[in-house]
Amino acid sequence: MAIAKNVAASKKTVLVTGAGGALAKRVIARLHGKYNVVAVDFRRKVETDAGIPSYKVEIEKRGFEDIFLNHKIDAVLHIGRIFAHEYSRDRRYNANVLGSKRLFELCKKYGVGQVIVHSTYFVYGASAYNPALLDEDHPLKASEVTMDLVDSVELESLANIYLWKHPELNITILRPCNVLGPGVRNSMSLLLSRPYTPVLMGFSPMMQFLHVDDMADAMVLAFEGNKPGIYNVAPDDYCPYQRAVEECGCRKLPILSIPPSLPRLVSGLLNWNAFFPPYLINYFKYPVVLDGSLFRETFGFKPRRNLNDIFTFYRKNKLISP
Amino acid sequence: MNAADVLGALKNFSAKEEILRRLVTPEIEAAVAKIPKPVGSFGFDAWGYNEDQFKVGLAGAKWLYDHYFKVQAFGLEHIPRNGRVLIVPNHSGQLPMDGVLIGVACATNPNGPRAARAMIERFFPTVPWLGNLLNAWGGVIGDPVNCVKMLETDEAIIVFPEGVRGSGKLYKDRYQLQRFGNGFMHLAINHKTPIVPCGVVGCEETMPAVFNIAPLAKVLGIPYAPIAPPLPLPARVVLNFGEPIRFKPVKTEEEVTAQVEAVKREIRRLIDKGLKERPSLY
Repeated sequence: MAIAKNVAASKKTVLVTGAGGALAKRVIARLHGKYNVVAVDFRRKVETDAGIPSYKVEIEKRGFEDIFLNHKIDAVLHIGRIFAHEYSRDRRYNANVLGSKRLFELCKKYGVGQVIVHSTYFVYGASAYNPALLDEDHPLKASEVTMDLVDSVELESLANIYLWKHPELNITILRPCNVLGPGVRNSMSLLLSRPYTPVLMGFSPMMQFLHVDDMADAMVLAFEGNKPGIYNVAPDDYCPYQRAVEECGCRKLPILSIPPSLPRLVSGLLNWNAFFPPYLINYFKYPVVLDGSLFRETFGFKPRRNLNDIFTFYRKNKLISP
Repeated sequence: MNAADVLGALKNFSAKEEILRRLVTPEIEAAVAKIPKPVGSFGFDAWGYNEDQFKVGLAGAKWLYDHYFKVQAFGLEHIPRNGRVLIVPNHSGQLPMDGVLIGVACATNPNGPRAARAMIERFFPTVPWLGNLLNAWGGVIGDPVNCVKMLETDEAIIVFPEGVRGSGKLYKDRYQLQRFGNGFMHLAINHKTPIVPCGVVGCEETMPAVFNIAPLAKVLGIPYAPIAPPLPLPARVVLNFGEPIRFKPVKTEEEVTAQVEAVKREIRRLIDKGLKERPSLY
C-alpha cells in the first residue's frame, strides 16, 4: 500500500482542460497510467476511468484554484476552448482569453513546470496573398479579417507573453491544421459530416487535415519532449477543400462567391454558424497551408493516418446513417 | 444509390475521362511521369499543383507551342535534370505567353523534363476558377516566402526580374531590357541556386502595343492597358537557354547589382543569338 502510494506520488500530475472533447479524451487515455491525470471541463463533469479525478469548473471562475490546492499539478495541457459557434462572443472571450490568463497565473503561483497550449491555424488568417507553407513566425492576421477570431489571436499573444516572461512555465503552443475524426465537434468536422456541404463556386483552397488520434499523439509528444516554443502541427500532404468534400461523401452545395458579401449573407440567413460561419468563409476561399516541419523534426512526429483514412470515416458514416 | 447519384457519377466520370483521353497524348503522359516532383496522396503539392490538371494544361499549351508559335528551343540541355534552379528570361508581349512557352519547353525537355513554376500576379487568387487553375498548372503567387520554400524543395522556378516593366513595354522598345529587380539574385545567392538565363525572341511580335492608356489601367486596377491586337498573333518564337551560372555571396547591394548586370548581359547575348536564328517573323 505504501509502495503504491509512493509510486503515485513519484508520477507527474497532469491537468487536462476541455476533458469532455474528443481530443482531450484521447490525450487522457494516452497519459493514464504513466501519469496522474486530473480532468477538467466547463461543460459537464466528465466520466473518467478509475483514478482520474474529474471536475466541472469554469476556468475563469474562483473554484478553479481549488484544483491546484488539492493536487500538486506538474503540467497543464490546455485543450479546452469554447468554439466560435458555442455561446456568445463575450462569453467566448471571457473563457478563452481571460480564462487562459487566469490559468497561466495559477500555473505561475503553484509552480507548474510545463504548459501546452492548443491553438489553431485560424490565427494566421485566410488571405489571397498568403504564401504556402507558413512558418511559425508568419504574422497572425486573423483578427484583421474578423472580430470573431480575436479570441484565438489574443490567446496566442497572451501565451507568448508568458512564454518569454516566465520561462519556468515551459509553454509550448501548438497550432494544428484541421483536426478531424470520430467525436470531433469543430466546424470542419461538423461540415464534412453533413450530407450537403456548402462550397464557394470557383474556390477550392488547399487544406491540411490531421486525424484526432495523431493530434493526441502530437500533444503527448510535445508534453514528454518538453521543448518550449511555437509549433505548427500539420502533415506534408495536401488536398483542396472541394476534393475533401467529395472524398467525405458529401454532396456539394455551390454558393455564388461574388460579391464576397454574398456567401456571408447566405451563411448568416441560413444560420450556418456551427459549420460554415460567416467569419470563416475566407478559409474556404483562400489557403492557409502550414509548414509543419519544425514540429515533425523537433519531436520526431509522423502522422500514422493518411488523408484517405481520415476521409473514409466521414464517408462510411454517411453510408450507415444517411 | 438513387438516380441522381448514378447520373452524377456518370457525368463526372465521362467528362474527365473524355478530356484526358483526347488531350493527353502518351508523349505528354511519359514526360510528366519523368518529372522529379513530389506530390501528396491526392496528387497535389502545397501550392495546389496537380499532376492531372498539369497534363491537361500542358497538352493545350503544347499545341500552341508546336503549331501556333512554332517554337524553336535551343540550349535545353542547360536546364538541370533535377535540383533547384532559377530560370531568368526577358519579359515581353503584354500577356505572359513567354512564361507559358518556357514552361512547355521545360516540361517536354528531352534531356529531362521539369515542372517549372511561374510566379503569378497577386490578384489571380481572387479570381474564381482561374486562380485554382493557374495553381494547378504550377503558377504560384510571387511571394518571396513561396520562392524560398520551393527552392528548398528543389523546384525549378521561372522568374521575370523585369516584371510588368518588361511585359508592358511598347513595340518601339522591343528587345530592350528594362530595369531588373535584384530579388532573384539574393535568392540565388542565399539558397545556392544556379541561374539559367534565357533569351526569348518573338513574344514581342505576338502583341505589338503602340500605346498604353495609363489612366484606364489605373481605373481598372491592372498594370497596363495597351492598344494592341486583342489576341496574340502567331509570331515565331525562339527560346535560347544559356549555361547555368552560379554566383558567389557578396556583401554590398552594389556588388549584387553588378552580378545582376552579368545576367542581363548574358540574356542580351541570347536574345541577339535568337534574333539571328529566327527564320521569319510570322
